[in-house]
Amino acid sequence: MRTSVQELIAKSKDKKSKKIIEKLIPILLFLIASVSVLTTIGIVLTLIIETITFFTRVPLSDFILGTTWLPFANSGAQFGIWPLIVGTLKITGIAIVVAVPIGISAAIYLSEYASDNVRRIVKPVLEVLAGVPTIVYGFFALTFVTPVLQSFFPDIKIFNAISPGIVVGIMIIPMIASLSEDAMSSVPKSIRDGALAMGSTKFEVAWKITVPAALSGIIASVVLGLSRAIGETMIVSLAAGSTPKFDGDFTGSIQTMTAYIVQVSKGDAGYGTTIYYSIYAVGFTLFLFTMAMNILAGYMSKRFREEY
Amino acid sequence: MNTATIKTKINTAQPTSVEQVEKESVYSTRQLNLWYGNNHALKNIDLEIGENEVTAIIGPSGCGKSTYLKTLNRMVELVPSVKTSGEIHYRGRNIFDSSYGVEELRTRVGMVFQKPNPFPKSIYDNIAYGPRIHGIKNKKILDEIVEKSLRGAAIWDEVKDRLNENAYGISGGQQQRICIARTLAIEPDVILMDEPTSALDPISTLKIEELVQELKEQYSIIIVTHNMQQAARISDKTAFFLNGEVIEYDRTDTIFSNPADKRTEDYISGRFG
Repeated sequence: MRTSVQELIAKSKDKKSKKIIEKLIPILLFLIASVSVLTTIGIVLTLIIETITFFTRVPLSDFILGTTWLPFANSGAQFGIWPLIVGTLKITGIAIVVAVPIGISAAIYLSEYASDNVRRIVKPVLEVLAGVPTIVYGFFALTFVTPVLQSFFPDIKIFNAISPGIVVGIMIIPMIASLSEDAMSSVPKSIRDGALAMGSTKFEVAWKITVPAALSGIIASVVLGLSRAIGETMIVSLAAGSTPKFDGDFTGSIQTMTAYIVQVSKGDAGYGTTIYYSIYAVGFTLFLFTMAMNILAGYMSKRFREEY
Repeated sequence: MNTATIKTKINTAQPTSVEQVEKESVYSTRQLNLWYGNNHALKNIDLEIGENEVTAIIGPSGCGKSTYLKTLNRMVELVPSVKTSGEIHYRGRNIFDSSYGVEELRTRVGMVFQKPNPFPKSIYDNIAYGPRIHGIKNKKILDEIVEKSLRGAAIWDEVKDRLNENAYGISGGQQQRICIARTLAIEPDVILMDEPTSALDPISTLKIEELVQELKEQYSIIIVTHNMQQAARISDKTAFFLNGEVIEYDRTDTIFSNPADKRTEDYISGRFG
Protein backbone atom coordinates (compact mmCIF):
# COMPACT_ATOMS: atom_id res chain seq x y z
CA MET A 1 0.00 0.00 0.00
CA ARG A 2 1.15 3.53 -0.77
CA THR A 3 1.93 5.83 2.12
CA SER A 4 0.28 9.24 1.94
CA VAL A 5 2.22 12.26 0.78
CA GLN A 6 1.83 13.90 4.17
CA GLU A 7 3.56 10.90 5.81
CA LEU A 8 6.42 11.09 3.32
CA ILE A 9 6.83 14.78 4.06
CA ALA A 10 6.83 14.10 7.81
CA LYS A 11 9.49 11.44 7.36
CA SER A 12 11.88 13.63 5.40
CA LYS A 13 11.36 16.50 7.82
CA ASP A 14 12.75 14.36 10.60
CA LYS A 15 16.14 14.05 8.94
CA LYS A 16 18.82 15.56 11.18
CA SER A 17 21.19 16.75 8.45
CA LYS A 18 18.55 19.07 7.01
CA LYS A 19 18.05 20.78 10.35
CA ILE A 20 21.77 21.31 10.86
CA ILE A 21 22.17 22.81 7.40
CA GLU A 22 19.28 25.18 8.04
CA LYS A 23 21.06 26.41 11.16
CA LEU A 24 24.50 26.66 9.59
CA ILE A 25 23.53 28.54 6.45
CA PRO A 26 22.74 31.90 8.08
CA ILE A 27 25.94 31.76 10.13
CA LEU A 28 28.00 31.02 7.04
CA LEU A 29 26.33 33.79 5.05
CA PHE A 30 26.85 36.22 7.91
CA LEU A 31 30.58 35.44 7.97
CA ILE A 32 30.90 35.94 4.24
CA ALA A 33 29.00 39.22 4.39
CA SER A 34 31.21 40.38 7.25
CA VAL A 35 34.33 40.02 5.13
CA SER A 36 33.31 42.84 2.80
CA VAL A 37 32.14 45.09 5.62
CA LEU A 38 35.29 44.45 7.67
CA THR A 39 37.54 45.09 4.66
CA THR A 40 35.87 48.44 4.08
CA ILE A 41 36.24 49.37 7.74
CA GLY A 42 39.87 48.24 7.62
CA ILE A 43 40.63 50.38 4.57
CA VAL A 44 39.01 53.47 6.02
CA LEU A 45 40.80 52.96 9.34
CA THR A 46 44.20 52.60 7.66
CA LEU A 47 43.48 55.70 5.63
CA ILE A 48 42.56 57.67 8.74
CA ILE A 49 45.48 56.44 10.89
CA GLU A 50 48.09 57.13 8.22
CA THR A 51 46.51 60.49 7.50
CA ILE A 52 46.73 61.41 11.18
CA THR A 53 50.39 60.42 11.19
CA PHE A 54 50.93 62.72 8.22
CA PHE A 55 49.37 65.60 10.09
CA THR A 56 51.71 65.10 13.05
CA ARG A 57 54.50 66.04 10.64
CA VAL A 58 52.81 68.61 8.44
CA PRO A 59 50.38 71.07 10.05
CA LEU A 60 46.79 70.65 8.89
CA SER A 61 46.58 74.38 8.11
CA ASP A 62 49.54 74.13 5.70
CA PHE A 63 47.82 71.27 3.96
CA ILE A 64 44.38 72.79 3.48
CA LEU A 65 45.48 76.40 2.99
CA GLY A 66 48.75 75.98 1.11
CA THR A 67 48.91 76.64 -2.59
CA THR A 68 52.27 75.03 -3.28
CA TRP A 69 52.76 71.30 -3.62
CA LEU A 70 56.49 70.54 -3.55
CA PRO A 71 56.85 67.20 -1.78
CA PHE A 72 60.16 66.21 -3.39
CA ALA A 73 62.14 69.32 -2.44
CA ASN A 74 65.28 68.39 -0.50
CA SER A 75 64.75 71.13 2.01
CA GLY A 76 61.55 72.99 2.68
CA ALA A 77 59.12 70.50 1.13
CA GLN A 78 55.65 72.00 0.90
CA PHE A 79 52.36 70.17 1.14
CA GLY A 80 49.61 72.57 0.11
CA ILE A 81 46.85 70.43 -1.40
CA TRP A 82 45.29 73.09 -3.63
CA PRO A 83 47.39 72.54 -6.78
CA LEU A 84 46.30 68.91 -6.82
CA ILE A 85 42.66 69.84 -6.20
CA VAL A 86 42.84 72.41 -8.99
CA GLY A 87 44.32 69.77 -11.31
CA THR A 88 41.52 67.38 -10.46
CA LEU A 89 38.89 70.07 -10.95
CA LYS A 90 40.30 70.99 -14.37
CA ILE A 91 39.97 67.42 -15.57
CA THR A 92 36.53 67.00 -14.00
CA GLY A 93 35.29 70.31 -15.40
CA ILE A 94 36.29 69.47 -18.96
CA ALA A 95 34.92 65.97 -18.61
CA ILE A 96 31.53 67.25 -17.48
CA VAL A 97 31.38 69.86 -20.23
CA VAL A 98 31.98 67.06 -22.73
CA ALA A 99 29.90 64.32 -21.17
CA VAL A 100 26.71 66.02 -19.96
CA PRO A 101 25.41 67.44 -23.26
CA ILE A 102 26.41 64.37 -25.25
CA GLY A 103 25.24 61.88 -22.64
CA ILE A 104 21.87 63.52 -22.12
CA SER A 105 21.30 64.03 -25.85
CA ALA A 106 22.05 60.37 -26.41
CA ALA A 107 19.63 59.46 -23.64
CA ILE A 108 16.88 61.62 -25.15
CA TYR A 109 17.45 60.04 -28.54
CA LEU A 110 17.40 56.51 -27.14
CA SER A 111 14.34 56.92 -24.97
CA GLU A 112 12.20 59.20 -27.15
CA TYR A 113 13.16 58.69 -30.76
CA ALA A 114 15.03 55.45 -31.34
CA SER A 115 13.11 52.43 -32.56
CA ASP A 116 13.24 49.28 -30.47
CA ASN A 117 15.74 47.78 -32.89
CA VAL A 118 18.14 50.70 -32.61
CA ARG A 119 17.82 50.66 -28.83
CA ARG A 120 18.50 46.94 -28.74
CA ILE A 121 21.80 47.50 -30.55
CA VAL A 122 22.97 50.81 -29.09
CA LYS A 123 22.38 50.10 -25.41
CA PRO A 124 24.67 47.05 -25.24
CA VAL A 125 27.29 48.95 -27.26
CA LEU A 126 27.17 51.75 -24.71
CA GLU A 127 27.62 49.23 -21.94
CA VAL A 128 30.62 47.70 -23.71
CA LEU A 129 32.10 51.19 -24.01
CA ALA A 130 31.70 51.49 -20.25
CA GLY A 131 33.78 48.33 -19.88
CA VAL A 132 36.84 49.48 -21.85
CA PRO A 133 39.87 49.46 -19.50
CA THR A 134 40.87 52.98 -18.57
CA ILE A 135 44.48 52.37 -19.60
CA VAL A 136 43.20 52.08 -23.17
CA TYR A 137 41.51 55.44 -22.81
CA GLY A 138 44.79 56.78 -21.43
CA PHE A 139 46.71 55.75 -24.53
CA PHE A 140 43.91 57.09 -26.68
CA ALA A 141 44.31 60.49 -24.97
CA LEU A 142 48.09 60.52 -25.21
CA THR A 143 48.64 59.13 -28.70
CA PHE A 144 45.53 60.28 -30.54
CA VAL A 145 43.63 63.14 -28.92
CA THR A 146 46.67 65.18 -27.90
CA PRO A 147 48.30 65.12 -31.38
CA VAL A 148 44.95 66.00 -32.99
CA LEU A 149 44.53 68.92 -30.58
CA GLN A 150 48.12 70.01 -31.23
CA SER A 151 47.50 70.15 -34.95
CA PHE A 152 44.77 72.72 -34.31
CA PHE A 153 46.34 74.53 -31.34
CA PRO A 154 50.13 74.30 -31.51
CA ASP A 155 50.43 75.83 -28.03
CA ILE A 156 49.22 72.66 -26.39
CA LYS A 157 51.98 70.65 -24.73
CA ILE A 158 52.32 66.90 -24.95
CA PHE A 159 51.03 66.64 -21.36
CA ASN A 160 48.01 68.86 -20.76
CA ALA A 161 44.62 69.03 -19.06
CA ILE A 162 42.42 69.31 -22.14
CA SER A 163 43.10 65.98 -23.82
CA PRO A 164 42.68 63.74 -20.74
CA GLY A 165 39.72 65.88 -19.68
CA ILE A 166 37.98 65.19 -22.98
CA VAL A 167 38.79 61.50 -22.79
CA VAL A 168 37.57 61.20 -19.19
CA GLY A 169 34.41 62.84 -20.50
CA ILE A 170 34.14 60.24 -23.26
CA MET A 171 34.65 57.56 -20.65
CA ILE A 172 31.70 58.70 -18.54
CA ILE A 173 29.31 59.36 -21.48
CA PRO A 174 28.02 55.77 -21.52
CA MET A 175 27.28 55.90 -17.83
CA ILE A 176 25.39 59.19 -18.04
CA ALA A 177 23.56 58.14 -21.21
CA SER A 178 22.61 54.74 -19.92
CA LEU A 179 21.43 55.84 -16.46
CA SER A 180 19.61 58.89 -17.84
CA GLU A 181 17.93 56.70 -20.43
CA ASP A 182 16.75 54.37 -17.68
CA ALA A 183 15.31 57.34 -15.79
CA MET A 184 13.56 58.69 -18.88
CA SER A 185 12.19 55.35 -20.00
CA SER A 186 10.56 54.87 -16.63
CA VAL A 187 8.44 58.00 -17.09
CA PRO A 188 4.97 56.53 -17.70
CA LYS A 189 3.70 56.50 -21.27
CA SER A 190 0.37 57.90 -20.11
CA ILE A 191 2.05 61.20 -19.22
CA ARG A 192 3.66 61.45 -22.65
CA ASP A 193 0.30 60.64 -24.25
CA GLY A 194 -1.28 63.46 -22.26
CA ALA A 195 1.24 65.90 -23.67
CA LEU A 196 1.00 64.58 -27.22
CA ALA A 197 -2.79 64.85 -27.10
CA MET A 198 -2.43 68.58 -26.46
CA GLY A 199 -0.65 69.08 -29.74
CA SER A 200 2.92 68.91 -28.45
CA THR A 201 5.64 67.90 -30.87
CA LYS A 202 7.87 64.98 -29.97
CA PHE A 203 10.66 67.30 -28.95
CA GLU A 204 8.37 69.35 -26.71
CA VAL A 205 7.31 66.17 -24.97
CA ALA A 206 10.92 65.09 -24.53
CA TRP A 207 12.21 68.45 -23.35
CA LYS A 208 9.32 69.79 -21.30
CA ILE A 209 7.77 66.62 -19.93
CA THR A 210 10.13 63.64 -19.97
CA VAL A 211 13.38 65.36 -19.03
CA PRO A 212 11.86 67.30 -16.09
CA ALA A 213 10.05 64.18 -14.91
CA ALA A 214 13.29 62.19 -15.04
CA LEU A 215 15.45 65.02 -13.71
CA SER A 216 16.29 63.38 -10.41
CA GLY A 217 17.63 60.32 -12.20
CA ILE A 218 19.49 62.43 -14.73
CA ILE A 219 21.15 64.51 -12.01
CA ALA A 220 22.08 61.38 -10.10
CA SER A 221 23.74 60.00 -13.25
CA VAL A 222 25.69 63.24 -13.74
CA VAL A 223 26.87 63.28 -10.14
CA LEU A 224 27.92 59.64 -10.39
CA GLY A 225 29.80 60.54 -13.55
CA LEU A 226 31.41 63.41 -11.67
CA SER A 227 32.64 61.18 -8.92
CA ARG A 228 34.10 58.76 -11.46
CA ALA A 229 35.85 61.66 -13.17
CA ILE A 230 37.28 62.83 -9.85
CA GLY A 231 38.57 59.38 -9.03
CA GLU A 232 39.85 58.61 -12.53
CA THR A 233 43.54 57.67 -12.37
CA MET A 234 44.98 55.91 -15.39
CA ILE A 235 44.01 58.44 -18.05
CA VAL A 236 45.39 61.41 -16.11
CA SER A 237 48.55 59.55 -15.09
CA LEU A 238 49.33 58.82 -18.71
CA ALA A 239 48.26 62.01 -20.42
CA ALA A 240 48.05 64.89 -17.96
CA GLY A 241 51.63 65.02 -16.74
CA SER A 242 52.94 65.45 -13.22
CA THR A 243 53.27 69.15 -12.53
CA PRO A 244 51.12 70.31 -9.65
CA LYS A 245 50.03 73.83 -10.54
CA PHE A 246 47.79 76.37 -8.87
CA ASP A 247 46.67 78.35 -11.91
CA GLY A 248 44.13 78.45 -14.68
CA ASP A 249 46.26 76.97 -17.44
CA PHE A 250 44.82 74.01 -19.35
CA THR A 251 47.39 73.66 -22.10
CA GLY A 252 50.37 72.51 -20.06
CA SER A 253 51.21 69.65 -17.72
CA ILE A 254 49.16 69.41 -14.51
CA GLN A 255 48.76 66.87 -11.74
CA THR A 256 45.65 65.48 -10.14
CA MET A 257 45.30 63.94 -6.70
CA THR A 258 45.06 60.46 -8.16
CA ALA A 259 48.05 60.94 -10.45
CA TYR A 260 50.14 62.09 -7.48
CA ILE A 261 49.28 58.93 -5.55
CA VAL A 262 50.33 56.83 -8.54
CA GLN A 263 53.53 58.79 -8.96
CA VAL A 264 54.56 58.22 -5.34
CA SER A 265 53.34 54.63 -5.20
CA LYS A 266 55.38 53.51 -8.21
CA GLY A 267 58.39 55.58 -7.19
CA ASP A 268 60.71 54.72 -4.34
CA ALA A 269 59.51 56.84 -1.48
CA GLY A 270 60.59 54.83 1.55
CA TYR A 271 58.17 53.56 4.12
CA GLY A 272 57.75 56.04 6.95
CA THR A 273 58.84 59.13 5.05
CA THR A 274 56.60 62.20 4.97
CA ILE A 275 56.01 61.65 1.26
CA TYR A 276 54.82 58.14 2.00
CA TYR A 277 52.27 59.47 4.48
CA SER A 278 51.26 62.26 2.15
CA ILE A 279 49.61 59.83 -0.27
CA TYR A 280 47.24 58.84 2.52
CA ALA A 281 46.36 62.44 3.21
CA VAL A 282 45.73 63.02 -0.50
CA GLY A 283 43.78 59.77 -0.69
CA PHE A 284 41.68 60.85 2.27
CA THR A 285 40.95 64.19 0.59
CA LEU A 286 39.89 62.31 -2.52
CA PHE A 287 37.69 60.09 -0.39
CA LEU A 288 36.01 63.17 1.10
CA PHE A 289 35.36 64.51 -2.40
CA THR A 290 33.75 61.37 -3.73
CA MET A 291 31.76 60.90 -0.53
CA ALA A 292 30.49 64.48 -0.85
CA MET A 293 29.49 63.68 -4.43
CA ASN A 294 27.51 60.63 -3.36
CA ILE A 295 25.72 62.57 -0.64
CA LEU A 296 25.03 65.32 -3.17
CA ALA A 297 23.61 62.75 -5.59
CA GLY A 298 21.27 61.49 -2.91
CA TYR A 299 20.18 64.98 -1.96
CA MET A 300 19.72 66.16 -5.54
CA SER A 301 17.66 63.20 -6.58
CA LYS A 302 15.33 63.84 -3.63
CA ARG A 303 15.22 67.57 -4.20
CA PHE A 304 14.34 67.34 -7.88
CA ARG A 305 12.05 64.35 -7.70
CA GLU A 306 8.89 65.09 -9.67
CA GLU A 307 6.49 62.55 -8.32
CA TYR A 308 4.23 60.62 -10.56
CA MET B 1 -8.77 87.11 -47.22
CA ASN B 2 -7.15 83.94 -46.07
CA THR B 3 -9.88 83.27 -43.55
CA ALA B 4 -12.47 83.88 -46.20
CA THR B 5 -11.08 81.23 -48.48
CA ILE B 6 -10.87 78.76 -45.62
CA LYS B 7 -14.47 79.48 -44.74
CA THR B 8 -15.69 78.80 -48.24
CA LYS B 9 -13.66 75.65 -48.26
CA ILE B 10 -15.30 74.47 -45.07
CA ASN B 11 -18.71 75.34 -46.39
CA THR B 12 -18.30 73.55 -49.66
CA ALA B 13 -16.82 70.51 -47.99
CA GLN B 14 -19.53 70.38 -45.33
CA PRO B 15 -21.07 66.93 -45.51
CA THR B 16 -24.78 66.94 -46.02
CA SER B 17 -26.21 64.94 -43.20
CA VAL B 18 -29.29 62.99 -44.10
CA GLU B 19 -30.84 62.37 -40.71
CA GLN B 20 -29.64 65.44 -38.89
CA VAL B 21 -30.14 68.89 -40.23
CA GLU B 22 -30.60 70.89 -37.08
CA LYS B 23 -26.94 70.65 -36.04
CA GLU B 24 -23.71 70.87 -37.95
CA SER B 25 -21.39 67.88 -38.08
CA VAL B 26 -18.04 68.28 -36.40
CA TYR B 27 -16.74 64.94 -37.46
CA SER B 28 -17.92 62.83 -40.30
CA THR B 29 -16.40 59.42 -40.66
CA ARG B 30 -16.64 57.65 -43.97
CA GLN B 31 -15.85 54.00 -44.55
CA LEU B 32 -13.18 53.93 -41.86
CA ASN B 33 -11.27 50.68 -41.50
CA LEU B 34 -8.43 50.10 -39.11
CA TRP B 35 -6.08 47.20 -38.59
CA TYR B 36 -3.65 46.40 -35.78
CA GLY B 37 -1.32 44.19 -37.80
CA ASN B 38 -3.71 41.56 -39.07
CA ASN B 39 -6.43 42.28 -36.57
CA HIS B 40 -9.25 44.12 -38.28
CA ALA B 41 -10.32 46.35 -35.41
CA LEU B 42 -12.68 48.83 -37.08
CA LYS B 43 -14.88 47.86 -40.00
CA ASN B 44 -16.53 50.30 -42.39
CA ILE B 45 -17.41 52.90 -39.80
CA ASP B 46 -19.74 55.70 -40.92
CA LEU B 47 -20.61 58.24 -38.25
CA GLU B 48 -21.67 61.89 -38.15
CA ILE B 49 -20.90 63.64 -34.91
CA GLY B 50 -22.85 66.78 -34.09
CA GLU B 51 -21.69 70.10 -32.75
CA ASN B 52 -22.29 70.98 -29.09
CA GLU B 53 -23.63 67.55 -28.37
CA VAL B 54 -22.47 64.78 -26.13
CA THR B 55 -21.97 61.65 -28.17
CA ALA B 56 -21.52 58.46 -26.18
CA ILE B 57 -19.83 55.39 -27.57
CA ILE B 58 -20.76 52.18 -25.81
CA GLY B 59 -20.02 48.53 -26.37
CA PRO B 60 -18.35 45.54 -24.74
CA SER B 61 -14.56 45.36 -24.16
CA GLY B 62 -12.58 44.97 -27.34
CA CYS B 63 -15.36 46.28 -29.58
CA GLY B 64 -13.16 49.08 -30.93
CA LYS B 65 -14.77 52.02 -29.15
CA SER B 66 -11.53 53.33 -27.64
CA THR B 67 -9.71 52.67 -30.88
CA TYR B 68 -12.27 54.75 -32.76
CA LEU B 69 -11.95 57.59 -30.24
CA LYS B 70 -8.16 57.58 -30.53
CA THR B 71 -8.44 57.61 -34.30
CA LEU B 72 -10.29 60.92 -34.10
CA ASN B 73 -7.14 62.69 -32.86
CA ARG B 74 -4.80 60.20 -34.48
CA MET B 75 -3.36 59.08 -31.15
CA VAL B 76 -3.98 55.54 -32.34
CA GLU B 77 -1.03 55.94 -34.69
CA LEU B 78 1.33 55.78 -31.72
CA VAL B 79 0.74 52.04 -31.80
CA PRO B 80 3.18 50.62 -34.32
CA SER B 81 1.65 48.45 -37.08
CA VAL B 82 -1.60 50.44 -37.25
CA LYS B 83 -3.06 50.79 -40.75
CA THR B 84 -6.13 52.77 -41.68
CA SER B 85 -8.27 53.30 -44.75
CA GLY B 86 -11.22 55.56 -45.36
CA GLU B 87 -11.69 59.15 -44.31
CA ILE B 88 -12.48 61.15 -41.23
CA HIS B 89 -13.48 64.71 -41.93
CA TYR B 90 -13.04 67.12 -39.09
CA ARG B 91 -14.69 70.47 -39.90
CA GLY B 92 -14.59 69.51 -43.53
CA ARG B 93 -10.98 68.46 -43.78
CA ASN B 94 -9.74 64.90 -43.99
CA ILE B 95 -7.52 64.35 -40.94
CA PHE B 96 -5.51 61.73 -42.81
CA ASP B 97 -4.42 64.26 -45.44
CA SER B 98 -0.65 64.43 -45.54
CA SER B 99 -0.89 68.22 -45.28
CA TYR B 100 -2.83 67.95 -42.01
CA GLY B 101 -0.33 67.99 -39.12
CA VAL B 102 -1.27 65.91 -36.11
CA GLU B 103 -0.17 68.72 -33.80
CA GLU B 104 -2.60 71.07 -35.51
CA LEU B 105 -5.42 68.56 -35.19
CA ARG B 106 -4.69 67.84 -31.52
CA THR B 107 -4.60 71.53 -30.73
CA ARG B 108 -8.25 71.67 -31.85
CA VAL B 109 -9.28 68.32 -30.41
CA GLY B 110 -8.47 67.74 -26.76
CA MET B 111 -8.44 64.42 -24.97
CA VAL B 112 -9.11 63.18 -21.45
CA PHE B 113 -7.80 59.73 -20.64
CA GLN B 114 -9.06 56.75 -18.71
CA LYS B 115 -6.60 57.11 -15.88
CA PRO B 116 -5.87 60.65 -14.67
CA ASN B 117 -2.47 61.52 -16.14
CA PRO B 118 -1.45 64.97 -14.93
CA PHE B 119 2.12 65.98 -15.61
CA PRO B 120 4.49 65.64 -12.65
CA LYS B 121 4.48 69.40 -12.25
CA SER B 122 2.61 71.96 -10.19
CA ILE B 123 -1.12 72.37 -10.77
CA TYR B 124 -0.42 75.77 -12.30
CA ASP B 125 2.19 74.40 -14.71
CA ASN B 126 -0.12 71.57 -15.70
CA ILE B 127 -2.76 74.01 -16.89
CA ALA B 128 -0.26 76.46 -18.38
CA TYR B 129 1.55 73.72 -20.30
CA GLY B 130 -0.71 73.81 -23.36
CA PRO B 131 -0.82 77.58 -23.78
CA ARG B 132 2.94 77.74 -23.21
CA ILE B 133 3.91 75.22 -25.86
CA HIS B 134 1.65 77.04 -28.26
CA GLY B 135 3.56 80.24 -27.68
CA ILE B 136 1.68 82.10 -24.93
CA LYS B 137 4.32 83.45 -22.56
CA ASN B 138 2.68 86.48 -20.93
CA LYS B 139 2.32 85.78 -17.21
CA LYS B 140 -0.86 87.81 -16.84
CA ILE B 141 -2.61 86.06 -19.69
CA LEU B 142 -1.43 82.67 -18.37
CA ASP B 143 -2.81 83.51 -14.91
CA GLU B 144 -6.15 84.30 -16.46
CA ILE B 145 -6.17 81.14 -18.55
CA VAL B 146 -5.30 79.00 -15.52
CA GLU B 147 -8.10 80.46 -13.44
CA LYS B 148 -10.64 80.29 -16.23
CA SER B 149 -9.77 76.69 -17.09
CA LEU B 150 -9.85 75.55 -13.47
CA ARG B 151 -13.21 77.26 -13.01
CA GLY B 152 -14.40 75.66 -16.23
CA ALA B 153 -13.48 72.25 -14.84
CA ALA B 154 -15.23 73.07 -11.52
CA ILE B 155 -12.10 72.64 -9.46
CA TRP B 156 -10.92 76.23 -8.92
CA ASP B 157 -12.27 76.50 -5.38
CA GLU B 158 -10.61 73.27 -4.34
CA VAL B 159 -7.13 74.08 -5.62
CA LYS B 160 -6.87 77.88 -5.81
CA ASP B 161 -4.68 78.00 -2.67
CA ARG B 162 -2.36 75.24 -3.78
CA LEU B 163 -1.61 76.06 -7.39
CA ASN B 164 2.10 75.56 -6.79
CA GLU B 165 1.75 72.09 -5.33
CA ASN B 166 2.44 68.96 -7.33
CA ALA B 167 -0.65 67.74 -9.15
CA TYR B 168 -0.06 64.24 -7.82
CA GLY B 169 -0.77 65.43 -4.30
CA ILE B 170 -4.54 65.68 -4.86
CA SER B 171 -7.18 62.95 -5.12
CA GLY B 172 -7.81 60.93 -8.27
CA GLY B 173 -11.10 62.68 -8.98
CA GLN B 174 -9.46 66.07 -8.60
CA GLN B 175 -6.59 64.95 -10.82
CA GLN B 176 -9.06 64.01 -13.52
CA ARG B 177 -10.66 67.45 -13.34
CA ILE B 178 -7.16 68.97 -13.54
CA CYS B 179 -6.71 66.96 -16.73
CA ILE B 180 -9.98 68.33 -18.04
CA ALA B 181 -8.91 71.86 -17.09
CA ARG B 182 -5.60 71.26 -18.84
CA THR B 183 -7.51 70.35 -21.98
CA LEU B 184 -9.78 73.41 -21.67
CA ALA B 185 -6.76 75.70 -21.35
CA ILE B 186 -6.17 75.72 -25.10
CA GLU B 187 -9.89 76.17 -25.79
CA PRO B 188 -10.32 73.22 -28.08
CA ASP B 189 -13.31 72.64 -30.31
CA VAL B 190 -13.90 69.00 -29.44
CA ILE B 191 -13.11 67.06 -26.28
CA LEU B 192 -12.60 63.32 -26.53
CA MET B 193 -13.08 61.41 -23.29
CA ASP B 194 -11.89 57.84 -22.99
CA GLU B 195 -13.78 56.30 -20.06
CA PRO B 196 -12.90 59.31 -17.93
CA THR B 197 -14.63 58.04 -14.80
CA SER B 198 -13.68 54.37 -14.84
CA ALA B 199 -10.88 54.90 -12.31
CA LEU B 200 -12.93 57.18 -10.03
CA ASP B 201 -15.25 56.80 -7.07
CA PRO B 202 -19.02 57.47 -7.45
CA ILE B 203 -18.90 61.02 -6.08
CA SER B 204 -16.04 62.08 -8.35
CA THR B 205 -17.87 60.37 -11.20
CA LEU B 206 -20.98 62.42 -10.50
CA LYS B 207 -18.94 65.63 -10.53
CA ILE B 208 -17.40 64.78 -13.89
CA GLU B 209 -20.80 63.91 -15.34
CA GLU B 210 -22.22 67.25 -14.21
CA LEU B 211 -19.19 68.92 -15.70
CA VAL B 212 -19.74 67.23 -19.05
CA GLN B 213 -23.28 68.63 -19.08
CA GLU B 214 -21.93 72.14 -18.55
CA LEU B 215 -19.13 71.78 -21.06
CA LYS B 216 -21.37 70.78 -23.93
CA GLU B 217 -22.63 74.37 -24.08
CA GLN B 218 -19.29 75.31 -25.56
CA TYR B 219 -17.67 72.11 -26.72
CA SER B 220 -18.57 69.05 -28.70
CA ILE B 221 -17.89 66.03 -26.54
CA ILE B 222 -17.35 62.43 -27.54
CA ILE B 223 -17.22 60.07 -24.61
CA VAL B 224 -16.40 56.38 -24.54
CA THR B 225 -17.96 54.68 -21.59
CA HIS B 226 -18.32 51.22 -20.14
CA ASN B 227 -21.18 52.38 -18.06
CA MET B 228 -24.50 52.32 -19.88
CA GLN B 229 -26.31 54.32 -17.22
CA GLN B 230 -23.70 56.99 -17.67
CA ALA B 231 -24.30 57.09 -21.41
CA ALA B 232 -28.04 57.31 -20.78
CA ARG B 233 -27.59 60.11 -18.23
CA ILE B 234 -25.27 62.43 -20.04
CA SER B 235 -25.35 61.89 -23.79
CA ASP B 236 -27.53 63.23 -26.57
CA LYS B 237 -26.63 60.53 -29.02
CA THR B 238 -25.26 57.07 -28.55
CA ALA B 239 -23.34 54.77 -30.86
CA PHE B 240 -23.27 51.08 -30.06
CA PHE B 241 -20.11 49.32 -31.22
CA LEU B 242 -19.72 45.57 -31.49
CA ASN B 243 -16.76 43.67 -32.94
CA GLY B 244 -15.44 46.75 -34.70
CA GLU B 245 -18.73 47.73 -36.31
CA VAL B 246 -21.31 50.37 -35.53
CA ILE B 247 -24.45 48.37 -34.88
CA GLU B 248 -26.69 51.27 -34.09
CA TYR B 249 -26.36 55.03 -33.82
CA ASP B 250 -29.26 57.19 -32.79
CA ARG B 251 -30.61 59.60 -30.22
CA THR B 252 -29.78 58.29 -26.77
CA ASP B 253 -33.40 58.07 -25.64
CA THR B 254 -34.25 56.06 -28.74
CA ILE B 255 -31.32 53.69 -28.23
CA PHE B 256 -32.26 53.04 -24.64
CA SER B 257 -36.05 52.92 -24.98
CA ASN B 258 -36.58 51.53 -28.41
CA PRO B 259 -33.45 50.06 -30.00
CA ALA B 260 -33.81 48.99 -33.58
CA ASP B 261 -31.31 46.14 -33.44
CA LYS B 262 -31.71 43.00 -31.36
CA ARG B 263 -28.01 43.06 -30.42
CA THR B 264 -28.28 46.60 -29.05
CA GLU B 265 -31.26 45.56 -26.99
CA ASP B 266 -29.41 42.52 -25.65
CA TYR B 267 -26.41 44.62 -24.71
CA ILE B 268 -28.23 47.45 -22.97
CA SER B 269 -30.50 45.05 -21.11
CA GLY B 270 -27.35 43.35 -19.79
CA ARG B 271 -27.68 40.05 -21.60
CA PHE B 272 -24.01 40.14 -22.60
CA GLY B 273 -20.93 42.33 -22.30
